[in-house]
Amino acid sequence: MLDLTGVPVLSILLAVPLVGAILLAFVPGDRPQLVRRLALLIALVTFGISLAAVLAFDPAQSGYQLRETTSWIPFFGIQYDLGVDGISLVLVVLTTLLSWISILASFGPIQSRVKEYMISFLVLEVGMLGVFLSLDLFLFYIFWEIVLVPMYLIIGIWGGANRIYATVKFVLYTLVGSLLMLVALVATAFSYQVATGSWDGAFSVEKLVGFGFDPTLQLFAFLAFFLAFAIKVPMFPFHTWLPDAHVEAPTAGSVILAGVLLKLGGYGFIRFAMPIFPDAARDLAGPIIVLSLIAIIYGAIVAIVQPDVKKLIAYSSVSHMGFVTLGLFAFQEQAMQGAILQMVNHGLITGGLFLCVGIIYERTHDRTIAKMGGLAAKTPIWAAAFGFFIMASVGLPGLAGFVGEFLVFLGTFAVDPLAAAIASLVMVLGAVYLLWMFQRVAFGEVSDFLKGLGHHLTDMTPTEVLTLAPLAALTIVMGVYPALILDLITGPVNELLAALGPATTGMLP
Amino acid sequence: MSFFAEAGGHAGHGPELADPTAQLLITLLMAIPLAGFALSVILGRRLGSRPWVIAVPAIIATWLIAMFLVWQTLFVGAYGEYGITFTLYEWIPAGQFRVDANFLMDNLTAVMLIVVTTIGMLVHVYSIGYMSHDPSKWRFFAYLNLFMFSMLLLVLAGNYLLVFAAWELVGLSSYLLIGFWYHKRSAALANKKAFITNRVGDVGFALGIMALWTTVGTLNFTEVFTLIPEKVAGGELGPVLMAGICLLLFMGAMGKSAQFPLHVWLPDAMEGPTPVSALIHAATMVNAGVYLVARSSPVFAQSAGALLLIACLGAFTAILAASIALTQKDIKRVLAYSTLSQLGYMFLALGVGAWIPAIFHLVTHGFFKGLLFLGSGSVIHAVHEEQDMDRMGGLAGKIRITHLTMLIGTIAIAGIPPLAGFFSKDEILGETFKFGVYEQAFYVLFVVGMIVAGMTAFYMWRLMGKTFYGKSRVDPHVEPKIHESPWTMTLPLILLAIPSIGIGLALGWPLGDSTIKHWLEPVFHEAEVTLGRELPKVQLFGIDGILIVIAVSVATLGIVIAAALFGIGRKDGRSETVRSLTQRIPFGPALYRASFNRWYFDDLNHLLFVRFGGVVAESAAIFDRAVIDGIVNGTAKVTQGAGDRIRRIQTGKVQNYALGIAIGLIVISIVLLFVVTR
Repeated sequence: MLDLTGVPVLSILLAVPLVGAILLAFVPGDRPQLVRRLALLIALVTFGISLAAVLAFDPAQSGYQLRETTSWIPFFGIQYDLGVDGISLVLVVLTTLLSWISILASFGPIQSRVKEYMISFLVLEVGMLGVFLSLDLFLFYIFWEIVLVPMYLIIGIWGGANRIYATVKFVLYTLVGSLLMLVALVATAFSYQVATGSWDGAFSVEKLVGFGFDPTLQLFAFLAFFLAFAIKVPMFPFHTWLPDAHVEAPTAGSVILAGVLLKLGGYGFIRFAMPIFPDAARDLAGPIIVLSLIAIIYGAIVAIVQPDVKKLIAYSSVSHMGFVTLGLFAFQEQAMQGAILQMVNHGLITGGLFLCVGIIYERTHDRTIAKMGGLAAKTPIWAAAFGFFIMASVGLPGLAGFVGEFLVFLGTFAVDPLAAAIASLVMVLGAVYLLWMFQRVAFGEVSDFLKGLGHHLTDMTPTEVLTLAPLAALTIVMGVYPALILDLITGPVNELLAALGPATTGMLP
Repeated sequence: MSFFAEAGGHAGHGPELADPTAQLLITLLMAIPLAGFALSVILGRRLGSRPWVIAVPAIIATWLIAMFLVWQTLFVGAYGEYGITFTLYEWIPAGQFRVDANFLMDNLTAVMLIVVTTIGMLVHVYSIGYMSHDPSKWRFFAYLNLFMFSMLLLVLAGNYLLVFAAWELVGLSSYLLIGFWYHKRSAALANKKAFITNRVGDVGFALGIMALWTTVGTLNFTEVFTLIPEKVAGGELGPVLMAGICLLLFMGAMGKSAQFPLHVWLPDAMEGPTPVSALIHAATMVNAGVYLVARSSPVFAQSAGALLLIACLGAFTAILAASIALTQKDIKRVLAYSTLSQLGYMFLALGVGAWIPAIFHLVTHGFFKGLLFLGSGSVIHAVHEEQDMDRMGGLAGKIRITHLTMLIGTIAIAGIPPLAGFFSKDEILGETFKFGVYEQAFYVLFVVGMIVAGMTAFYMWRLMGKTFYGKSRVDPHVEPKIHESPWTMTLPLILLAIPSIGIGLALGWPLGDSTIKHWLEPVFHEAEVTLGRELPKVQLFGIDGILIVIAVSVATLGIVIAAALFGIGRKDGRSETVRSLTQRIPFGPALYRASFNRWYFDDLNHLLFVRFGGVVAESAAIFDRAVIDGIVNGTAKVTQGAGDRIRRIQTGKVQNYALGIAIGLIVISIVLLFVVTR
């Protein structure tokens, strides 16, 4: 174990990409290669620091670690309060990993305004990390909103033809949710102040958890938080911004969107909405489980007939993220562990899938399934990589996706076998939409469209292999040795379940 | 009282294995093929024209290790009567739910190892010759090694989840190998169909595993097999739940072992190269379902109802598939339907509680069906990739070794003594009949089984006649080039012909006190006790003799009829076909069409899942765009419209907006505050 006592690791983790972004602004814009390399360096250093944080973390200890608390707005008791437990730690590492991969994957595709792009990406990283690190509601909210701005720019500037529509939809939709959350957040703090007579700790997650708020406030506040997080996840029926955003976003944008941004919603439930308003969470668990089941099945069914690879993967995300909310609201140990694993695994696997799609888009400038065919013959390494991530996404045991999915099934089954039975239909549907797509893209005769591209249709470059290799390696590691994450999250999950109280059995009406 | 407690007091059979050599060997058994796969993939094309230099030696090494372990288990008895378990590492430690990567090496595993590694090795050698002209054969050998790893994991796994993992991994290898010639659309459709159909079964399997865990809190075989009987005895586990668990697990078996209605994928899987058909889709992987049910015998024995259903479904699949095999023209498809039919026999056996005959038939069938498939590959090779038997004929004299070995396979599967198939099939039919005392329905199943035996003999001789005898219908351009296959292909045929002749006698004699019975008795003892079905002593000059006479007569009759129609060795074999035969009987033409069109199951599935399912998915997608997203965009439009009207209060000054937001927040907060402090 690494002893980092007295070192503000988490602040450094936030500061490196932030300062890096500021420094990048002073690099001349006409030297894009320098900008790219610097950005990659900054992201790699950030990744290294997050690994140092993992080494300094003691999984045996309960509560938050690497804690940094400084008073910020003392009048309202608002603090600059950072800390990690096992859950946030794995998400932090996922974020720093996908960030450098995304930056590396943008070297080729992004040719205009490289400097602005890289700055946006680093700021985005700061925002995402801040969300996972904050233990103060107000601080959390700030980071939550910071995330929106760079993502808005990334889709809006470097996106596809219909990018403005997509990015405005993304921002407005998310904003509606988060503004209501702000109101609920302030109301909760007010309520705390009224009850205790002091603002001290009114925004502190630790103080608010287990405080036992009035049921009515819990209900309304939870609903507001729920809306914000449900849109982000996205849960059915708040998911329609996602396919639009994915289709228009540049490859790296999609990777981060699917890999990290969606997890902000799941994390919000775990860290804030559920433990602070446990009674409301329990009361509403039934309907939320129903929505999750709809998302799982409906997302998969809609994915089957999507004509665009990216849209198909976007709908698959709706389906896969349904497991996260299902697992969380089953109020059951294995289900919740599975949900958290699923968040990490979905980040790795879907990240890989979007990278693969981006690689082929670079050569074809098209993602229409109908125009593809026979890519296994033309670009065998690419097809193997794509097939690998598809199998992982289908939930093949031995690869990451399986463990999380199975734990969610299992935990749900223990609470409500019917819900598990419905959810498990996705084992078939997932195979249907992914393998059918893979068959049409990779197998069969080489399509005329691809033949027309001639020698432009080359197999993966070493750089592209480098972006996929770490994700593929982790996908195997997490499938064969999931203890790596499970050991980190078991403690926090049990603490969370203790804060939530026992599940009400029979979730489905 | 649990059986294991009686037998020496170790609850959960098999003590943890202490012997480090055996631990290492079991690990190597899986590690070597996995490493072979990894190396073959990494080196890929760099392996050049002999890409088997890694894969084949790897499997030979695996076979040697397996044989050593088999010898230790079955002959030396080094691991005790109930085998040993060994934990490699903790796979999924999720709080209360803990699953290890642990392995069970007992007599059943050993028997499975014989089949898997021996046939696996011979198929590897055979593939050197069969795939020699394929430009990307390195991929083929890599996939074969991946399959061997997965299959060995499947038979060695010591808990249900690990079996499930291996189950899906053999499914992956099967997917990759069926689609090996992926540029062919039919191959790309077939491998997808195989994977998805198997997934349907796997949903049940997975739910069964969840049900097991919620009931007994563990997935380790040894613990489950002790706890389930205890829970049933204690009244905690009712018959309905018990039947439910069994049938869910059986769903998985139905998928992998292609039982009706999930049988549709297996015939299509013949799109894969023939060695794959022999190894995966005849001799090993398709047995996984039989193995699963047999392995879980202490669980299944608790639900006689579930077992009866399994027996009925097995018998039904056996006769359904046999009826289709009568009319198929593609040599590999005949063999594929034959495989379905024989798997049906095995499930019939499991369902009546004839556990040992089921595994016995799995072993003998593995060898002679592997032989028949490899033989068909040699035929296909000889006539230049032709699979239609209408374009064969008269090959007997031209490819002698292939002909002779396939003839052995045919006699073996037809059930003519003393070849292998006779012993195992006779035991299945015999026990089905004798257990009729306990369950009247078994008499019906016995009759069905007998009819299938006759049909088997008939369609197999039809295959022989159309392929090897009579006039040649081979393409005249190919005719002069017909040649016997290289030794890498004929040697495995010969080596498989030997057990096809002798393994039945070796393992199945003397009747009622055979070697295989001694081997497997400890594994199935508890299930036999639970079911409480007593097998009367063998009476060679009584009931058993009569049954044997009936079975052999039926088989002979089938062969004689087919030989009369399709000939033996005659050059002038009549051009009689099943088709022309059926034209003369009432309903004949309709039955012929139904059989030829595989009873229309593929068309039904197409209609139901592709057409109707497609409409559902399309509708859902339209609903998503028009309604769900429509509401979102509609709301945005309305807001925009309203915004236009109240534009007057938009002054464009940021301070005003800030003020507005602040006032709004305060108002909402105050309202909430009132709610709170109410």
